[in-house]
Parts: sequence; C-alpha cells; structure tokens
Amino acid sequence: MPTITDVVCPLCGCLCDNISVEVEDNAVKKVSGACAVGRAKLLGHESRIRSPMIREGGEFRECSYEEAIRKAAEILAAARRPLLYGWSSTVCEAHKVGILLAEVLGGVIDNTASVCHGPTVQAVQGVGLPTCTLGEVKNRADLIIYWGANPVEAHGNHMRRYSYISKGWFRPGGKKDRKLVVVDVRETRTAKMADLFIKVEPNKDYLVLAALRAIVNGFADVIPDEVGGVPKERLVELAEMMKKAQFGIIFFGMGLTQSRYKHNNIEQAISLVRDLYAFTKFAIMPMRGHYNVTGFNQVCTWQTGFPFAVDFARGYAWYNPGETAANDVLSRKECDAALIVASDPAAHFPAESVKYLAKIPLVVIDPYPNLTTEIADVVIPSAISGIEAEGTAYRMDKVPLRLKKLVDSEFMTDEEILERILDEVLKIKGLR
Amino acid sequence: MAELLIKNGIVFDPINGVKGEKMDICIKDGKIVESVSSEAKVIDASGCIVMPGGVDAHTHIAGGKVNAGRLLRPEDGRKGLEPRTSVCRACSGYSVPNTFATGYRYAKMGYTFLMEPAMPPLKARHMHEELMDTPIVDKAGMPLLDNNWMTLQYVKSGDIEKLAAYIAWMINATKGYGVKIVNPGGTEAWGWRKNCGLEDPVPYFDVTPAEIIKALAEANERLSLPHSIHLHANRLGQPGNYETTLKTYDLVKDIKPSRDRQVMHATHVQFHSYGGTKWADFESKADEIAKYVNQHEHITIDLGAVMLGDTTTMTADGPMEYNLYLLTGRKWTNCDVELETGAGITPFLYSGKVPVNTIQWAIGIELALLVEDPWKVVLTTDHPNGGPFITYPILISLLMSRKRREEVMKEVHSVINQRAVLPTIERELDWYEIAIMTRGTPAKILGLHEHGKGHLGIGADADVAIYEISPEETDAGRIQKALLSAKYTIKGGEVVVKDGEVVAAPEGRTFYVDVRYEDEEVWKEMLGDLERMFKEYYTVSLANYPVQDHYVPKPYVIKAGAAE
Repeated sequence: MPTITDVVCPLCGCLCDNISVEVEDNAVKKVSGACAVGRAKLLGHESRIRSPMIREGGEFRECSYEEAIRKAAEILAAARRPLLYGWSSTVCEAHKVGILLAEVLGGVIDNTASVCHGPTVQAVQGVGLPTCTLGEVKNRADLIIYWGANPVEAHGNHMRRYSYISKGWFRPGGKKDRKLVVVDVRETRTAKMADLFIKVEPNKDYLVLAALRAIVNGFADVIPDEVGGVPKERLVELAEMMKKAQFGIIFFGMGLTQSRYKHNNIEQAISLVRDLYAFTKFAIMPMRGHYNVTGFNQVCTWQTGFPFAVDFARGYAWYNPGETAANDVLSRKECDAALIVASDPAAHFPAESVKYLAKIPLVVIDPYPNLTTEIADVVIPSAISGIEAEGTAYRMDKVPLRLKKLVDSEFMTDEEILERILDEVLKIKGLR
Repeated sequence: MAELLIKNGIVFDPINGVKGEKMDICIKDGKIVESVSSEAKVIDASGCIVMPGGVDAHTHIAGGKVNAGRLLRPEDGRKGLEPRTSVCRACSGYSVPNTFATGYRYAKMGYTFLMEPAMPPLKARHMHEELMDTPIVDKAGMPLLDNNWMTLQYVKSGDIEKLAAYIAWMINATKGYGVKIVNPGGTEAWGWRKNCGLEDPVPYFDVTPAEIIKALAEANERLSLPHSIHLHANRLGQPGNYETTLKTYDLVKDIKPSRDRQVMHATHVQFHSYGGTKWADFESKADEIAKYVNQHEHITIDLGAVMLGDTTTMTADGPMEYNLYLLTGRKWTNCDVELETGAGITPFLYSGKVPVNTIQWAIGIELALLVEDPWKVVLTTDHPNGGPFITYPILISLLMSRKRREEVMKEVHSVINQRAVLPTIERELDWYEIAIMTRGTPAKILGLHEHGKGHLGIGADADVAIYEISPEETDAGRIQKALLSAKYTIKGGEVVVKDGEVVAAPEGRTFYVDVRYEDEEVWKEMLGDLERMFKEYYTVSLANYPVQDHYVPKPYVIKAGAAE
C-alpha cells in the first residue's frame, strides 16, 4: 500500500503534521501517529451526504451541483441581510471566497470563535497577548498550566508533541524537567496527571485569577483564607511556582472562555501573565478547537481588519461583537437567509437561534449530514479538506501548514462551491 | 498590451541621471521603451513631475506580527474604513491597514514596490498569504536569521561555509529575499526574559551579537546575495545607544562586498541615534551617526523617522516592545517563535508635548539632512513604528521646506532647542534628492535596479508615478497634497491610479531570491544538522516547512550564488 508521510491532521487546533497514512483503492486504510479522534476522522465514515439536495414541499430532492449552486445563489442574492457562518473546519482558501461573498452581498460573516474563543479575542483586544509558538513550550517550559482545558480528551497529542511529555532543547528529560498544574472545576483525566491540581468552584475562575494576581504583586495579606473554593495556601503555592519557573505557560480552554465573566476571565489570566514578567518568562495560549478556527480569524483579520463578527451592510467592515455576531443577528431575527459552511450551529447554538435559523432560507455546505443540514433548504456536499482537498490551515499558535490531498473525491471542494456561488451571485446582481 | 506615451512631464530618474528634464516616457508591454507607435494612449503630464514608482525598502505590511497588530487594535481598524467599490475591496485601518488598503494607499502615493523586512521563517507561509492579498504593488520579504539556533551554533563554531549553506537553504525555503537581523542575540535571550548588549554572550549559546553580525555579513557576501545584511541593531530605543550603533557599523567595515553595494544596511536609524544616559537627559546624536555615514562607504541607512501621532509599534525585538509597554502601560502582545525569533507589538502615541518624542521626531529629519549623500539614505518611517506609511508626504514636505519645519518646531516641546540639532539645519532637499531617497537608493541597496525597479531606463518595468506639482513649488502643503494623491500611478504599464483614485487593482508579483550553495560536502553536513534540529526541536516536520509554490502565484525569481 502506498504510504503518505508528513500528513497534517485536519481535526483539532494541534494540527499534528507527523501522521502517516496508507492508502488503498482511493481510501485511507491505516493511520499512524494520530490520536484516536484524529485517526477516526482520517479513516472517514460512510454517512456522507451523497448528492446536492433542495428541499421542496418539506422533503429533500436530490439535484445536480449546478441546480443547488444556482438555488443557493438566488437565496443569498435575494436576501437583504444574509448571515455567512461556520468556516472553522475548512481551509483558508475557502475563507477568502467566503469573505468576498459576504462583501458582495453586504452580509454578516462570523465563525465558530464567536461561541468558543470569541471572548479570548475580545480580551486580547483589551490587554494584548504575551504568547509563543508551541515549540517554545517544548524546548523551554518548566512549568505548564492547563486551565479549564482537558487535552487528554480534547487535544489528544498536545502534551506528547508540544508540552508536558515532549522533550526539548532545554528540557531533555521531558516531564522529568517540568511541573504540570491543572486548574479545573472537576478532576479530569488531565488533572490526574498533575503535580498540582487546583479545583475551582464553577464560575469562580475570575476570583481565583484575581487572587493570584494580588499574591504575585505582593498583596497576599488581603486574600481571604479561601477563594472560589481554593484554600489560600494552594494559591500562594501556585503563585510561588509561577514566579520561580524559568519559563511558564498557561494553556486555557473553554472552561475559562465560556464560564461566567467570559472575556473578563481571559483578561485576568493575560494580566496575570503580564504581571509575572516582573519575575520571569511566561506565556499564555488558547487551546483552539477546530483545526482551522485560528485560520479564519487570521484571514478575516488581514482581509477586513477584524477577526470575526464582521458586518458588511455599510459596504465597509463593521465589527462589534454583541451586535454583529451570528447569535446577535439571529436572536434579533434580523438576518433573512443564511449560508453555513463546515460547521453545525443547530447542534451548538441557543434554541431560539436554531428555531429562527430553521425558519429562514438556509444553505449548508458540508461533507457530512448533521443537525444543521436537517433544517436546511439547500444542502451542498463537499470534499473533506485535508483528506480529499488541499489547502492552508493555522495551528492554535498561528503557525500555518499546508494540508494534503490524500485521496480523490467525487465532490467539489468548499472553495470551488463558494467560487461558483459567488459567480452566480455576481451574475444575478449584474456585476459580471 | 496597450502602449502609453507620457508627454511633457518633468522627469526625475536619478539612476539614469535624469534631473528634472522635460521629456517623454514611452511604455509598451509593461516596460519602458525607446518609442511607441501613433496608436499609443497619450497621458499629458504638462506641469507634472514624473518619477519611477516608489520603492519602500522597509515596511511592515504582512505576516503574523502585522496581523497580530490588526487584531490587537480594532480601534485603529475603525480609523480607516472605506466601502467596497467596483474596483476596490473594503478597506480598514490607519497604522495597521488591511492588506487591500495597504496596496491601494501605497499605489495612490505612487509607490509600486514594498519590502516586508521581518518574516519569521516558521510563519513564512503567512507572510506570503498576506502578500498575495496585497494588490497592485510588487513585494518581497526577508527572513529573520540572526536569533536562529542553527545560526548561533555555526557562529559559535566559526563555520561561515555551513552558515552560508544554511542561509541559502532558508532563503529558498521561505521564498525570501535577504538576510534580516533584529536585535541579534537579544531576541533569543528574550526567550528567558533577558536581553543582550553588543558584547554580551547570548545565554547558553556562548556567542556575542557582534560575532553574529560579522558572521552573517561574511556569509551574505559569500553567497553574493543581491542585498547586504539588513540590520536592526542592538539596544534600539535606549538612551545613549548611539555608541553601540557606531560600534556595530564598524564591525563590518573590512568585509569586502561581493557586489557594487554596501556591506550593511542599517535600518530605522532614528531609533539608534540617541544620546544621554536616561530619559531625562535624552538627546539627539544624529550628527555623530551622520558623520560616520559620511566618512564610510560600506554602510547605507534608512531613516525610521517619527511622525507625530498615534501608531502601532511592532518588531521582532521582543524585549524592546516589553520595555515600551512598561513605559506606557497600554496593551502589549508578544510572540516568541521556536528556534528562530520573536515579536512584540504595542500601541504608541508620539506626542509633540513630550520631550523625548519631540527629539525622536527631530532625529529622523536630521539624519536625512545631515547625511550629505542621498545615495546612502532611504526614506522610511519603519512603517508603522515611527508612523504609518501614509505620513510619507508629510515627512517629505518637512525635508523640502525649512519654513514648515520651523512652524512645527514652534508647536512642539521647547526641548528641541537644547537637545536636538534640527533648529540649526538650513538644508532643504530638492525633488531630485527626494527621488533618490525614495526610488534610486532603495532600488540600488536591494539590488532591484538590475531587475527593472527604481528607474525609467529602457527595459525597466513601466512603474511610473506622476504628481501634479511644479518642480519649483516650495509650499509644504501643496507638496504634501500632490504626493498623497498621485495624478497617475502606472504599474507594469497599466494605469492603476488616476486623479488620486484607484482605477485598476491588478495582482502584484512576489520577488524572491533563488540562491545555490555549491560545495556538496558542506551542503550535506548542513542538511544533517538541519534534519536533527527538525527531528528533535521543531514542532513541524522538515518536509512541511518550505513554502510551497501555491503561495507565490506571480513570482519573479532573482538568481544568486551558484544559481546565478
């Protein structure tokens, strides 16, 4: 069987690029080097959307790509305020067409960050972000903190390739040369490995971070005996570990971004890292989920000036999360059509948003059926980026890699489908 | 392609010695030609100044650091909002414009070539993706190679041959243009929250910044690259740093250039020309720096001039940006890049009410006026560090008009009369000198003049700027207005700007150097070392590292070394 090496895994923000796959009869048969979830995605499964479909009289009817694309373009061109959402499981080449489409339509474009690490972006816009690439952690870090993140289950190879278990230039002994701290509301599998586990009461992370900042800055005397369910001694111990580390890092997940106080939590965490620069080297990094959620934020930033939640109704990019994010325009029942690409908002959005999404004309581009395709009016199947199509993705530390095409596909790529929708829209609007 | 005839303009083309002569410029198939047929479209340039398209030798326009700056500053993004037009994409930003705005706004000022000077090699693909989305202009990027662990090891072992082989590999892998150096040793030390002076050993690597600079200069000449080393010296922004700056320039004075050019290009020299011992006695040493440059032939500089106002500072000099953040307490981003480099970003307001900022403002202008030979000086603001590129017309008007300088000097802090040289300088630059500093010099120091850039000789690229202003005009306001909105900008023979508006937005090309190192033994040994670094220490595989051809859809390849 032909083996393809140095495959980049199109699953999570780790973007592991040391995967080997064996291909036979145009199918991936064997995967080595990937975590369990990555392997499952690379091996693929049967339940693909087989054909483009248009809903008629409540039922889906299979149709040609041409018909589905024309219908999608008609829906979008007729809309006064279309929403273009998703983007995190496809490549940057598709993002670029999507942003141009949003600009031409005068629509709102947003990605899954707005219900994930959107609060991180907002915090960064408030205070900045002292960060690094993952190799800095691998080669230098002697203190690794996971806060509200559980990589053992969510980012399978993160610790082995990039952090606690990996070996590096200044840390040849791997985990023998490092300390692992986990802060979470429950004792996760990651927490079980930690040298120090700090259990925080749910929604009290902000208090704990603020207390740590006070201690680091020399105000331990004002801290009560217990903060957010954590005894003061534990916090003093952690603050000392941080100050004495040679190179420390906080990796944080949605336990911090999506619990109470959202972006305020992240601002505190980043500010703690800034405070630690009075003593030592420290960094902080969000654990991004989908493999190219970072890529969308990057492309959207260099093309529009803003990372997500961009509204083109005025002809220029207007960014104001709380007003211009997907759930804002859905909850105000403002958008009158939607295009969803490579994501499943029906499974993740608030019920009110999903109900409204089901009411308006909805176009979905995805390789697989999901809850959102169930409520769609036009479904367009696509090739799986990183397996059936190549393109660019950005790792959680913003290192870009080129995904490979491993097997041929009968399906069009996201980029091609979007190009053709754009072309049709331009024709309808008399711009081409 | 259509023919163009630019008639009756007053032409300034310094590389060809054309010094304000009334003459016609003929264009065919994107190139300057001897003559055109009667079918040629005529552009009447009567009463206008005609120059080659501007070349910016140092402007931070694309890549991870620039994008981190955009993301950090939505408030800056809001400053430059412009709606989509039938020709242009939507624009945003002032000091950190989106990629589309960067291309359009430079073109409106008559600029047609841009050099991104700080590409982290690991993120080279990102820079190229942004360059692809920067319309109209041609562009290139230089990889950062000085805080790199391969470089540090070869400097330590004194192995210039392997260092040259490695540089060749890196320039090819990143589709880069030349060797960029930023706070050598200091950014590696920043990995431990430390910094390095010129003679301090880099922690754990046992080499000094001085040794790194010399070795890279030697390796650069060993490869005979079109550009010299491009150096951001140690101690940027610190009071009293001019002594370090002068010592740094002196390090390479005995190295022979492999081409007819400088051995070292020192960048944003304004930030390196400071006297005093602390902020309270901070003063200009532009005169000392200019004296050195006037007396030596191995060095060229660009200004890195400060223009008063708010901007976003960004550099691979991580410790410098942290120190700036400590001064202002504003937001701060840092990103260290494994085995290679780092980056820091923080907003900054240069205020004429602040003594230090006032002196910084003076120094950039002083350098341009005190260096006698404009062929040694490139006009830059180190966009966006000293100010956004969109302020170039203001800078030029200041250089051309002593009256305007005096008006500003009355408004800024009175410290300018004690601790700057500017009030004593009478020199006013003329259009020819401005054309040298914005066209001739940058093209020559980068080696681009041999590839059709920076001049209007027969066979050159038909990149032309036409400004509606008389060469006799001395009014600073009119000078500024004319330079901000070109009457015409022609790129590759196509009219892209007319009456200050973008009328066409073709894709520009990406220039990169294809350099070969010929000794196979040394090459193999270097590859062995490189493979080990990837296997043990990088978090990406060697096979996935080099930039694929997809990211340079419109290449222009310059061969160097054994490939030449």
